[in-house]
Amino acid sequence: MELICPAGTPAALRSAIEAGADAVYCGFNDETNARNFPGLNFSRDELRKGIALAHGRGKRILVAINTFPRAASVALWRRAVDDAVAAGADALIVADIGLMDYVARQHPDQRLHVSVQAAAANPDAIAFYVETFGARRVVLPRVLRVSEIAEITRETTCETEVFVFGGLCVMAEGRCSLSSYATGKSPNMQGVCSPASHVAYEETAKGTTSRLGGFTINRFAPREAAGYPTLCKGRFSTALGDGYIFEDPVSLDATTLLKGLQAAGVAALKIEGRQRGRAYIESVVRHFRRALDTLEDGSEADIASLKPFTEGQSSTLGAYRKTWR
Amino acid sequence: MQLSLGPVLYNWAPERWRDFYFRVADEAPVDVVSVGEIVCSKRSPFFAEHLPEVIERLQRSGKQVLLGSLILVSLRRERRQTEELCAIDGAMVEVNDLTCLKSIEGRPHAIGPFVNIYNEASAAFHVRQGAARICLPPELPVSSAAVIAAALPEAVIEMFAFGRVPLAISARCYHARLHKLSKDNCRFVCEKDPDGLALKTLDRQDFLTINGVQTLSHACTNLIGDIENLREAGIGSLRLSPQDCDMVEVAKAFRDMLDGRRDAEDAGGRLSELYPGVAFANGFLRGQPGFSLARA
Repeated sequence: MELICPAGTPAALRSAIEAGADAVYCGFNDETNARNFPGLNFSRDELRKGIALAHGRGKRILVAINTFPRAASVALWRRAVDDAVAAGADALIVADIGLMDYVARQHPDQRLHVSVQAAAANPDAIAFYVETFGARRVVLPRVLRVSEIAEITRETTCETEVFVFGGLCVMAEGRCSLSSYATGKSPNMQGVCSPASHVAYEETAKGTTSRLGGFTINRFAPREAAGYPTLCKGRFSTALGDGYIFEDPVSLDATTLLKGLQAAGVAALKIEGRQRGRAYIESVVRHFRRALDTLEDGSEADIASLKPFTEGQSSTLGAYRKTWR
Repeated sequence: MQLSLGPVLYNWAPERWRDFYFRVADEAPVDVVSVGEIVCSKRSPFFAEHLPEVIERLQRSGKQVLLGSLILVSLRRERRQTEELCAIDGAMVEVNDLTCLKSIEGRPHAIGPFVNIYNEASAAFHVRQGAARICLPPELPVSSAAVIAAALPEAVIEMFAFGRVPLAISARCYHARLHKLSKDNCRFVCEKDPDGLALKTLDRQDFLTINGVQTLSHACTNLIGDIENLREAGIGSLRLSPQDCDMVEVAKAFRDMLDGRRDAEDAGGRLSELYPGVAFANGFLRGQPGFSLARA
């Protein structure tokens, strides 16, 4: 299985390759990618150099152009496609159907991956992308069980890729407007979710309150660590009780499922976190490299804990385990 | 401008659901009605029994009927349901997930608000595939809708104009989770909340609404004060999404506004009477936070 690692900067790209990535995914420093954070991502020149570095080591670069183009500005996204192809990208990760159509027509030889943002959650939807645009791989949404991943992979003529570590969307990706409801900024349109520009913390004697766009997302006791107010990981109140209604503030960690994913026929494993620093990239990539190497040679893994790198210092197998739903 | 009634998103009792559509057929001044269970495949069998009768009654009253497809299709049973829906003759499918596209390619169909169409190139792709109507995603600003409508005069472009906004869909059922049940043995607890389950912040601010696997806004979208703006943008249809209130009267208020029998203030006041205690919002229209309300 191929190990796909995130990079938000050229330094992170180098770290990921040195730590054992088979491929690195990254995006341009504008709204064409779904991690459009200040100071993050690649200029055209940085991408060209990153690709040269990766190819020199026999590794691949996948370019994420995975937001939905704004009406009347489609040219900006098409230029991103053209520039990534010209720079020698090994694959483009695309979510918008109009942009996939453009890639298929203008760059028919370019390898196309269906982004998780395209929410292709079953073999029929995937077959549509394969037959219509020649998609070579689909990144599966984080809403499926391992048995379902196996079934999809069996029935699908293109490769499948799944997330194994990092931030966990509990809602179907690419189909969530919670962030734009509270802040006006959405993953699909601006490439951001629960943006820092709309976050506020209020400290009182009773503890810390975190808010997003004016809505209270969580409250922490004085000694409790105050986590980032990602909307769907907040504590809320209903007539049936208060608490983490959608999901606890946890990260995905599928280390223990690698064997099952391999048996399911998955082609590639993806680590989330283009917004994360080099320490995260180095540790997490090295961890999964070792886990994959031991899987290949059949030895027992002695794997360091990834706890420091998980949200709220705790992790979950997410929808991959049967009881999640 | 047309008025369309979106599918009932909540888990209403099947008889109530049937009677709701009978009354819509007889009394509601809407041109198009989208029917079918699109949120949760487990609920579908309850409505399937009444569906043929409902479709017939609506069509007999001169309304165009659309068959809404499931929003999130992952199970084998859900794929089969979706395929069967696409095989029905006599009514257009409203596509809420691309799973349908292979089965209905080339046949006229509608695109629902759960398919991501944010620009004119994607809209044009769907129109080439046979889309005759497109209800745009609720978070799309009218500036984008205007570009899409101008580029595709052959399609009816619709905007989500009334109702709590569907904001997210998940494989996990939050109604079941709150009732400490598993999704597989949910006992259909969502039927207890015909207008959804209110989710507030810890400071008791109104925020969201839970509807099984779906999350909606607390605030109710209301574009009745924005009709001129929508007309100028070339919008051909307004979608009214059923809430637990008198939707026939809601449709009449919109029809009166469209036909010039009421002004915006009067029509807005009427909607407040019909759906009391719920904040109205139109922020998405202007690219603002969805919960916000701005006057034209």
